[in-house]
Amino acid sequence: MDRRDYSLLGKDGQRAIETGLAGANWYATDIPRKTMKGLMKRSDGPAIRDTLIWLAALFGFAGVATALWPSWWSAPFWLAYGLLYGSSTDSRWHECGHGTAFKTRWMNDAVYQFACFMIMRNPVTWKYGHARHHTDTTIVGRDPQILSRRPPNLYKMLANLVGLVDVPLAFKSMIQLASGHLTDEERDYVPEAEWLAAIRVARIWLAIYAATVVLAVWMWSILPLMVIGLPRMYGAWHMTITGILQHAALADNVIDHRLNSRTILMNPISRFIYWNMNYHIEHHMFTMVPYHKLPVLHECIKHDLPAPNASTWQAIREAVPVLFRQLKDPEHFLVRSLPSTARPYLWSGREVAADAAE
Amino acid sequence: MTKWVRACARDDVEAEDLIRFDHEDRTFAIYQSPEGAFFCTDGFCSHEQVHLAGGLVMDHIVECPGHNGQFDYRTGEAVRSPACVRPNTYPVRIDGEDVLIAVDFERPG
Ligand code: FES
Repeated sequence: MDRRDYSLLGKDGQRAIETGLAGANWYATDIPRKTMKGLMKRSDGPAIRDTLIWLAALFGFAGVATALWPSWWSAPFWLAYGLLYGSSTDSRWHECGHGTAFKTRWMNDAVYQFACFMIMRNPVTWKYGHARHHTDTTIVGRDPQILSRRPPNLYKMLANLVGLVDVPLAFKSMIQLASGHLTDEERDYVPEAEWLAAIRVARIWLAIYAATVVLAVWMWSILPLMVIGLPRMYGAWHMTITGILQHAALADNVIDHRLNSRTILMNPISRFIYWNMNYHIEHHMFTMVPYHKLPVLHECIKHDLPAPNASTWQAIREAVPVLFRQLKDPEHFLVRSLPSTARPYLWSGREVAADAAE
Repeated sequence: MTKWVRACARDDVEAEDLIRFDHEDRTFAIYQSPEGAFFCTDGFCSHEQVHLAGGLVMDHIVECPGHNGQFDYRTGEAVRSPACVRPNTYPVRIDGEDVLIAVDFERPG
């Protein structure tokens, strides 16, 4: 088997188009329309409540940490602040990007822009990249957001626990966009009408970071960067772990989210940070369902899904040995068994090796 | 002469909802607004080949189940990205209990 070509303009992407794997019809569990309408229904209440708690915690931890700076007593507050800044913004960006978190449009948009800044994801290019991720989830050469490639780059995964790869890439992209250039891949999935918007945001962000650096130099203190920018690194670990676990060690080039996505039962704090994206199969299968309804959706369709991982730790223990094996055997992946009540998996694309299932 | 085709009965579409209607090799989405008026658009989203019938109607907006793009189903106007292009809309007529659409209608411009 050839080495996988993850570039969006490469041979695997071309093959996916030719074989109909790109833009295919994906498997979805049957849900009566009436039930589905109830699940999709929008409201502002849960997201307003969560956002008020989130903002109070974000500004509260930053305030206490700044007040205690430079004492070591400030450390736990920085860690808590970093977790909210560098990890919880991943799910806020994501949910508000789908436009499902709030019913009210401007609320989605405001939280989206705020979270995008903190997570260092251009609100325009990442929105379209994420649309492609949903159309062609883990289809090699089509999905621009595959975190766990085959063979996996374990050093990169570890380095991203503190943003050592993603943050430099974010600045590279920001500078490139601010200078008026989109990459060929971005030009492939971002409509031309949106290019200027992407460029404008990158320029504003660069100006904010430049001002923060100037302030830090003027104060001769790292403090301004501890508040803006650096928490994207020292608080990224939770997002990195949950993000990798979404699809790692599972199938690629299939058209059934039960095969390539992972639902994990998580503790309430992680679920708050992650805004219920631990119900990841459910989210991919039914993107219209707001985060706060995902637990209900899970109950509706769990008869048709592989059993969820019992905890984050259990998911890590499941995925890591597979990732190590993929270093030598990139064709290896995990197939979870389905309950007897489920409809069979819908395979497509790459042949399934007889020994692939564990 | 406009060709009117029966798409469904009025009762087939709930208020603030939509259904799919296939005619020959084409597919449409038929909507009933909260006020009880009926509308029709192309069935597929203009962003990708995802049928709008699985979407959500909120007032006069339909949200596509593909990537949450939104359209005003009365005019076809795309109001939320990644949907940017206006799908076709078709005149609708009520005949007794039947909902008829003008399938061959071409909007000028
Ligand atoms: S397919 Fe409708 S928004 Fe993408």
